[in-house]
Amino acid sequence: MTARENILARVREGLAAHPADDLRRARIEERMRARRRGTTPARARGDREALRALFTEMAREAGATVESVSAGEVPQRIAAFLRARNLGPEIRTGNDPFLKGLAWQQAPELAVSRGVADADAATGVSAAAAAAAETGTLVFTSGADNPTTVNFLPETHIAVIPASRIKATYEDAWDLVRRAHPPATLPRTVNFVTGPSRTADIEQTLLMGAHGPRRLHILVVADG
Amino acid sequence: MRPSSTNFRANARAAIANRHLQQVLDQTRTGFVSRRAAAVGRLPEFDRLRDEAKAIKDHTLAHLDLYLEHYEARVHDSGGTVHWAETPQEACAIVVAIAREKGARTITKGKSMVSEEIDLNRHLEDAGLRVVETDLGEYIIQLRGEPPSHIIAPAVHLSKSDVEALFRDRHPDLDPGRALDEPAALVAEARTQLRRDFLTADIGITGANLLIAETGSSVIVTNEGNGDLTQTLPPVHIVITAIEKLVPTFEDAATILRILARSATGQELSVYTTFSTGPRRPGDPDGPEEYHVVLLDNGRSGLLGSEFQDVLRCIRCGACMNHCPVYQVVGGHAYGWVYPGPIGAALDPALIGLREARHLPNASSFCGRCEEVCPMRIPLPKLMRHWREREFEAGIAPRTQRFGVRLWAWFARRPVWYRTAAELAARTLRFLARRRGRLRRLPLAGGWTRHRDLPAPEGRTFQALWRERHKTLRR
Repeated sequence: MTARENILARVREGLAAHPADDLRRARIEERMRARRRGTTPARARGDREALRALFTEMAREAGATVESVSAGEVPQRIAAFLRARNLGPEIRTGNDPFLKGLAWQQAPELAVSRGVADADAATGVSAAAAAAAETGTLVFTSGADNPTTVNFLPETHIAVIPASRIKATYEDAWDLVRRAHPPATLPRTVNFVTGPSRTADIEQTLLMGAHGPRRLHILVVADG
Repeated sequence: MRPSSTNFRANARAAIANRHLQQVLDQTRTGFVSRRAAAVGRLPEFDRLRDEAKAIKDHTLAHLDLYLEHYEARVHDSGGTVHWAETPQEACAIVVAIAREKGARTITKGKSMVSEEIDLNRHLEDAGLRVVETDLGEYIIQLRGEPPSHIIAPAVHLSKSDVEALFRDRHPDLDPGRALDEPAALVAEARTQLRRDFLTADIGITGANLLIAETGSSVIVTNEGNGDLTQTLPPVHIVITAIEKLVPTFEDAATILRILARSATGQELSVYTTFSTGPRRPGDPDGPEEYHVVLLDNGRSGLLGSEFQDVLRCIRCGACMNHCPVYQVVGGHAYGWVYPGPIGAALDPALIGLREARHLPNASSFCGRCEEVCPMRIPLPKLMRHWREREFEAGIAPRTQRFGVRLWAWFARRPVWYRTAAELAARTLRFLARRRGRLRRLPLAGGWTRHRDLPAPEGRTFQALWRERHKTLRR
């Protein structure tokens, strides 16, 4: 008997269950198909404007900075953000079509390089696949468009999110990911990010920038 | 780690006498509690979510065999491998074998209580591998050669000057002139040190807060981002976890995530919640090329269908220990094994044996705060009571204690004798206490009066009052 068989046999013994019990199997399959939602916070109900306001408020509370911009302004706003903090103009970003389509020539001082982030990348720019207003949480999916390292290695992370992708709850945000990735092709990594990296491991003193980004700046892009 | 829970009483006495530890514990006593209360207060749905989370786990555990099979198939479909381990030794051997096959030298690790449970670091080091803990708290205690003292704040028993002294001692390239007296400087120093290891490690090991059967995903929750760097940068990602972490769907995970961080740190949500499914996809420029999951049993399957099944709902938030008056004064190390506090008292006897862990279910005043705050509604005092019963039945408790319980039981079954004895005892204690109303010493039960006086019983016994009340009501 293998470890697998032994463990499953002991589980069935404890549950007094039979492996060929079709009713039990039908029950779990129905359960996974239904994807029933539990209670979702009432605070996350409201129209688009309300969700955007809640997202902004919660993300700020989590230590992120947020500004609302039009698509055309994104490159200049990124340049202004870096300049105001005395940060270098080099940014690392993937091949995200939305980001690529922006008018980067309008911020010629930015030095844009594409690909994964390495130890030298100081600022990463990525597009969020979705966001959940309930806690000001951004959702990123891995891949060539937005490599995961861009979200984690640089000291500064700038996230761009089209306002239409801001949803009420985690479940709504996840549905957006599901729609973009047909069944069985979930991206390798889905990252929920709520504010910049932090630790309170020394005397419970809260400090930003433990291993991930020290600052998270979010640009909410008005649609259309 | 090797358990030393049989020494609980000596450990606890030493902890209480340790002034440095008491000072540090003093500082941390209120933080977790007030932050949790504030977060819970902001979410009116919190208690309903607790009920739903409990129902999710109860359902999953009742169908655990099928969910495990489904989960394994989905991990396989996404290109990953599931390894099953009945014992800590098997689990460690699996990880060592993967490391050997890959010719690995350095392993980075995210925080994982299961890896503490199976003493993984020692096994890996014995096999000649270099292991680097990357969670700041875990990194600190690894350098000190200590086990964690709290399941979510492993270095909570240390002050910043302890950490400063440690870094000065253990970081050879650290400039002696550099100021390190602020936590921020310590965090920056650790960040610099660990960067190199993140970027050069051959294998990254993380735990899992949840496993999702529907998609074959593992979920980790961190604040530092160390878990993500650990699992993204090296070519191999190994998840070391246990069979009870499963939930059916993302929707179920979302419900549990809504109560996890609020119960643990009082955050609305931890900074990073990461869902990992298989290795990197074709065309992905980063992420691991291999994804392994080690599923540990280590006695958990034996709890299904028993009076201890509820303990398998635990999501390791630490709220029970944060609110425990015993944990708050003795700290985590006194418990002598990886899971301290009320959850340890309910779980450790199942994992390391009741004989080893027998003091832990007794180290409770049964005040009930742990159960009150447990997001998964685990009846912790009840589980401790069950362990006490087993301890009595198995004859593990000392003979004097068992004699006392038997004596009490004899009286309890004979109401007339019980009443008489209770009245007699009350009168005797009152007499001994004289006018002071308190007893300094109690013959044959010195433990009760070693640290405080025992108030003498006042007025009539409970039974006498009860009788009278009934008479009045009948009239």
